[in-house]
Amino acid sequence: MTVVTLSKRRSGEDPGTPVVRLTGIRKSFQGNEVVHGVDLELQPGEVHALVGENGAGKSTLMKCLAGIHAPDQGTIEIDGVVRRFRSPREAQEAGVAIVHQEFTLLPHRTVAENLFLGREPGRFGRVDKAGMERRAGEVLADLGVTSIRPSAVVSGLSVAQQQIVEIAKALVLDARVLAMDEPTAALADAEVALLYDLVRRLTGRGLAVLYVSHRLPEVFDLSSRITVMKDGAHVATEPTGELTTDNVVRLMVGRPLNALFPDLAAAEELGKERIAVAGGGNARIHDIDLTIRAGEVVGLAGLQGSGRSALARALCGVAPFTRGSYQVEGRPARIRSPRRAVRAGIAFVTEDRKGEGLALRQTVQDNVLLVRRSVSGRRTRSTVADLLREMTVVAASPASEVRLLSGGNQQKVVLAKWLAVGPTVLVVDEPTRGIDIGAKATIYQLIRDLARSGVAVLLISSELPELIGMSDRLLVMHRGRIAGELPPQSSEEDVMRLATGHGQPGENGQSEEAES
Amino acid sequence: MKRLAPGTLPVFAVLAILLVALAFAGPAYEHPQGYIALLKRAAPLMILALGQYFVIVTGGFDLSVGSLVTAEVVIAARLLDGNEDRTWPVLLLLIGFGALVGLVNGLISTVLEVPSFITTLGMLLILEGAVFLWTDGAPRGALTESFRQWGRMGFEDVPWIGQLPYSVLILLALGTAAALFMRTGMGRLVLAVGDNDTSVRLAGGRVRTIRTLAFVVSGISAAVAAILLGGFSGVSAQVGGGLEFEAITAVVLGGVALGGGRGSVVAAMAGALTLKALFSLLNLLGISGALESTVQGVIIVAAVAYAAADTGWRDRVLRSKARSTAQPGPPAPDVVTTS
Repeated sequence: MTVVTLSKRRSGEDPGTPVVRLTGIRKSFQGNEVVHGVDLELQPGEVHALVGENGAGKSTLMKCLAGIHAPDQGTIEIDGVVRRFRSPREAQEAGVAIVHQEFTLLPHRTVAENLFLGREPGRFGRVDKAGMERRAGEVLADLGVTSIRPSAVVSGLSVAQQQIVEIAKALVLDARVLAMDEPTAALADAEVALLYDLVRRLTGRGLAVLYVSHRLPEVFDLSSRITVMKDGAHVATEPTGELTTDNVVRLMVGRPLNALFPDLAAAEELGKERIAVAGGGNARIHDIDLTIRAGEVVGLAGLQGSGRSALARALCGVAPFTRGSYQVEGRPARIRSPRRAVRAGIAFVTEDRKGEGLALRQTVQDNVLLVRRSVSGRRTRSTVADLLREMTVVAASPASEVRLLSGGNQQKVVLAKWLAVGPTVLVVDEPTRGIDIGAKATIYQLIRDLARSGVAVLLISSELPELIGMSDRLLVMHRGRIAGELPPQSSEEDVMRLATGHGQPGENGQSEEAES
Repeated sequence: MKRLAPGTLPVFAVLAILLVALAFAGPAYEHPQGYIALLKRAAPLMILALGQYFVIVTGGFDLSVGSLVTAEVVIAARLLDGNEDRTWPVLLLLIGFGALVGLVNGLISTVLEVPSFITTLGMLLILEGAVFLWTDGAPRGALTESFRQWGRMGFEDVPWIGQLPYSVLILLALGTAAALFMRTGMGRLVLAVGDNDTSVRLAGGRVRTIRTLAFVVSGISAAVAAILLGGFSGVSAQVGGGLEFEAITAVVLGGVALGGGRGSVVAAMAGALTLKALFSLLNLLGISGALESTVQGVIIVAAVAYAAADTGWRDRVLRSKARSTAQPGPPAPDVVTTS
């Protein structure tokens, strides 16, 4: 019943049999085939990474394995036995454990209650609470987790601890394979290490792990083999050691990574300072000195929680600066509200496109005109049709509801909304999160075109290749401060060194920690 | 209207069926006069529905309109006390009081961030108690004839329809103004506030002002409804009883999404007329008036359930359409495609 029995199962089997063998899996939705006959094998004890762009079909393939979707064709074998899952529960009982991207825990229940949800031990409808907590403790201990009490309430745990509980929950049934979809998406980088430990411990006892992610550094850290999917088809499966990041990107995208990014600004393209902050700060950020010039794309790097987004929100009046000076176009500006910021010509593309950027049930047209209608006096002569054409938005019509558009097209609508008022400063937080590669390239080009037209751009991104490829200058934040500035085309290592508080490149051993 | 807003077709269909059914149910509806009389009876509720529409579509509720109507009528009777020359000042004062109550509702729910459900429930109780305290349960004074004409009288001897009531003209004027307003950019912004207020705030929009003004519109529409109702049915301490729920039922029946962001003001008013037509029909069929609450309860639950099912169904159709037009997969970045 618990993971304790894993090792017993393993010892009794022929080492040559894969834990999971998917053969010729095909799956269509409404006549549109999204997985075209994919094969995949997982060996005991391996971490098998499944990578690909959004829409490549990796989540669909995983959901076929998990019994959420029934494949139209092809077979699923678990330990050499052909299975046909009619429900996620059947897949679980056959040993397939799934950890989804979204959390599924009940926040106000204890760890133990979550682990045994729907399978509470006890008799005659009475739950044996003490017994349940004792067994939850055993399960956690078996995973090598000692920092989480079974009686702890889930909402009081850190995100990483919750993720571990998710995994433990998936493993409460006797699992043969653990499939994880973007397991680190919600984790701060320091917490990722905890997850790595757990994954390694599980594979050490013969579990196969399917690791679905588009975060390549993690994939290279963790996996023993990598399978690349593109447009619903299997492209390649290779041992991780024989691949490089560039190889994998080329396989995923069909072209080299740096071809996505437009040229950087030439020195003569940079104009006057559009915004200048000196000694700026509020509760979350401190001692911010920042200038952005017309024509410039300044990249802002940092780990989650480093104050990147807080700085963006301060610049845009959402959570304003409470200290320091802030000048826009050379004049002191009191940006105390988003409205003031918009009137000063500052546009803010937030990281939460659906929650903060769009009124999803309104039409494309109404969203494009949202800023123009909200703030009188700022407008350009472009019509909605002009803006949509410029943004290459693909929509049935400007009268269709925005929520029906793809993520990429939605993001273009967000940009169009701001272009409608002709901003002079553009702050973009994670502009390409969750959108497909074609739309990414368009958005990179749009951002650069805006800069060329004299807009000052602050670009925030967690994807270092994107940030490095796009930025004329890089600022790195650490613990609410700007830890350093880097020239264009700096290496990811330089950025990470600053982001983790290890000082300027070259200044070995001089730590930023000293000042805080 | 060029095209019906999503979810508004059913109310117009149901209304049409009811209007036809009325003609079969009773002799009063053999002539156009019967329908004009229905419209006259429905006008106060339709105006309340107009006000309630603005509050609901920006994401709130206004439960205070029923007791506000009562308070307005009681105040009018007391202040007028039969004095004809006080009519106009009192009419203005009533509109002002409605606007003030709306403003207080709006400010408390936006600035103090008390959910509007609670704010207006509090206002309902406060007004109810104040009226009771002030009148000891029996309203005093009397309305004047020139006050009552708005709800009772009209242009007489109009060909074909006989009387054209003032209340119907007021209703048409307000309804047209509201419908035209909703087609302006400001009107579209009102819908966006109900859909996602954060996106409007970050776009520089004045979310609190818009929400507060919605309550002010609701308060003013309650004042207008009170003037018409006072004229139509006279002074009592029960004149506004239950109107808040009738207005909310009407708006929901009109296909306006609870929580905001979707729906048409014309459909909300059509919802009010539908409700009145239904009550008239039940009356003609000899079904007890006591069932009105029950019928309303069934309607409100059924309308919301229908809206949920309809949205799900429409989504599937629209999504599959979107998919079949945007084939295949993501477009190449250099392809310029517009509608």
